[in-house]
Amino acid sequence: MKKTELLQGNEACVKGALAADCRFFAAYPITPSSEIAHRMAYELPRRCGIFIQAEDEIASLGAVIGASLAGAKSMTATSGPGFSLMQEHISFASIAEVPCVIVNVMRGGPSTGVPTHPSQGDVMQARWGAHGDHPIIVLAPSSVAECFSLTVEAFNLSEKYRTPVIVLSDEFIAHLREKVSLPSSDEIELVERPKPAEPPEVFVPYRDPGTGVPPMPSFGEGYRYHVTGLCHDERGYPTTRADEVEPFIRRLFHKISRDLDKLQWGETYYTEDSTLNIIAFGSVARAGLTAVKTARAKGMKVGLLKLLILFPFMRRKVTQLMESSTTILVPEMNMGQISREVKRVNQGRCHVETLNRVAHEPIMPQEIMHKIEEIYG
Amino acid sequence: MARKKHVIYKYLRTTKRFPSIWCPGCGVGIFLGALLRAIDKSNYSKDQIVLVSGIGCAGRLTTYVDFNTLHTTHGRALTFATGIKLAKPELKVIVIMGDGDAVAIGGNHFIHAARRNIEITSIVINNGIYGMTGGQLSPATPLDVETISSPYGNLEPSFDICRLAEAAGSSFVARSTVYHAGHMERLIGKALQKKGFTMVEIISQCPVHYGRQVGLNSAVEMMKWQRDNAVTDDKAKGLSEEELQGKIRIGVLVDREIPTYQERLENLKESLKEKAVAL
Repeated sequence: MKKTELLQGNEACVKGALAADCRFFAAYPITPSSEIAHRMAYELPRRCGIFIQAEDEIASLGAVIGASLAGAKSMTATSGPGFSLMQEHISFASIAEVPCVIVNVMRGGPSTGVPTHPSQGDVMQARWGAHGDHPIIVLAPSSVAECFSLTVEAFNLSEKYRTPVIVLSDEFIAHLREKVSLPSSDEIELVERPKPAEPPEVFVPYRDPGTGVPPMPSFGEGYRYHVTGLCHDERGYPTTRADEVEPFIRRLFHKISRDLDKLQWGETYYTEDSTLNIIAFGSVARAGLTAVKTARAKGMKVGLLKLLILFPFMRRKVTQLMESSTTILVPEMNMGQISREVKRVNQGRCHVETLNRVAHEPIMPQEIMHKIEEIYG
Repeated sequence: MARKKHVIYKYLRTTKRFPSIWCPGCGVGIFLGALLRAIDKSNYSKDQIVLVSGIGCAGRLTTYVDFNTLHTTHGRALTFATGIKLAKPELKVIVIMGDGDAVAIGGNHFIHAARRNIEITSIVINNGIYGMTGGQLSPATPLDVETISSPYGNLEPSFDICRLAEAAGSSFVARSTVYHAGHMERLIGKALQKKGFTMVEIISQCPVHYGRQVGLNSAVEMMKWQRDNAVTDDKAKGLSEEELQGKIRIGVLVDREIPTYQERLENLKESLKEKAVAL
């Protein structure tokens, strides 16, 4: 039987990580993510896992990548300023194809900003903050239950695609307490990184097996291969040859984009006959749903698409919704980061309205309702 | 008569073509030979060793050798090494850094790895310059030296990397030079056997970006300078502070028993097991 618990978003994130068999956690203290580190510091040593408080966020992610190369599922958690420091190593994890999970509990920025009120200001930092062209997967929970389930999925995706995965939470969700029924361990499906089938003598570490994701042995398993942040050939050795670099970087993108249809993780509400549709994520999606229900009670044909995955952007699901919409409304706690993506894929299909908030106060359902009424005229 | 193959060939990757990227006269290759001979004399297998490096000329070393190798980011090699060692303690983790790598951009990680006294053998190849980027001053460049980024002379005093490691809490600190190849090999061997965080500084030469700037026009001249200025512990005892100015003290500088991070961690795990039983 499922156990019902009263949990905070950050606590659910820890439970998700442990359910996904996270064995290593390194982090530097920063509000509003610190509860994740506190809980990990308590739980991991009791489970023969490793917790270490690093000297900074650069070191946190460096240690996480090292632990993952040694075979441990690994995670770190931070907030905006720390997330900025991690960008160097997100880039490394992308090119070296090292599975790892980074939780960024967003708070108001720029810089030290408004600690520690909620914000959604790191959407584009999550997508493009790391240097160089790189693929990335970004998930966005909007409830305590999703903090759990999306952390599990973050590990699964990072293992499956050998890529860093970012869980983009926000202060509102992180400190929210909700009643949740978490699944038991036998109900959770875990994915492990692909392992080489061939012996070390004939193993070519970065050869595409057809899925775009090369098998990954751990250090110490007899496969003595080279890992580097330099562009490398199939053997892992540095290369500057255009005919090797071009297919290599393209493979990094393709290994995720080839599964784009499977990654359309969004939930629709009341969209069967809606012509005005809200696209929202994180805590704002909650306000969005309440507003939709209020509008429905008034007879307005309003629907909601809640994005659970922000990147790769779910173009198919969003354009489908646009086909049946006259207007899309994108409320978010920033100056318009996801709305840029929405406008990018819109291509004139419908009208896109935005509702932005940078004072780091949550967007209330009434404000969204007000905007809906404005659009309805 | 067949020539006996040198012991280092056992450890060189056959799939990676030499020559290396290092300039003629570079000291990194001499160090690499000493490292491989020291490893050969140790009990560690190739599968057991993880060789981690940062960015710069020294950073490229990992490409050529047949271990688990990891070429990381600039200054952060020790952070990756920390994760590896904690996640899989049975691995022998060796970290190779340059001077700019270890104590400029990586200074924070360097002192904290030493403070934790985590079981990592670290080596700083100190050539006193940023070689790969074209000869800028590093925190190990002596005062007044003219470099491409200090055309009027270096205004910054240099770090004593060994004293830094000692003050931060390293179990074992030693220094050698690439001129003293046998001595260097023995010190690396000692560091490999020692528990806790160990740091060996290797004074090396960059004839291309450093030597030419200071009037030492070849690798040979630079190595002669190492020979003439190195002072062993025994010799140092007979010299005054003034006489020791500008000299390089070589040998084992610190060798002490301090509980390691791993030992503390094991104690913690044991105590948690006991608590679990008590519950």
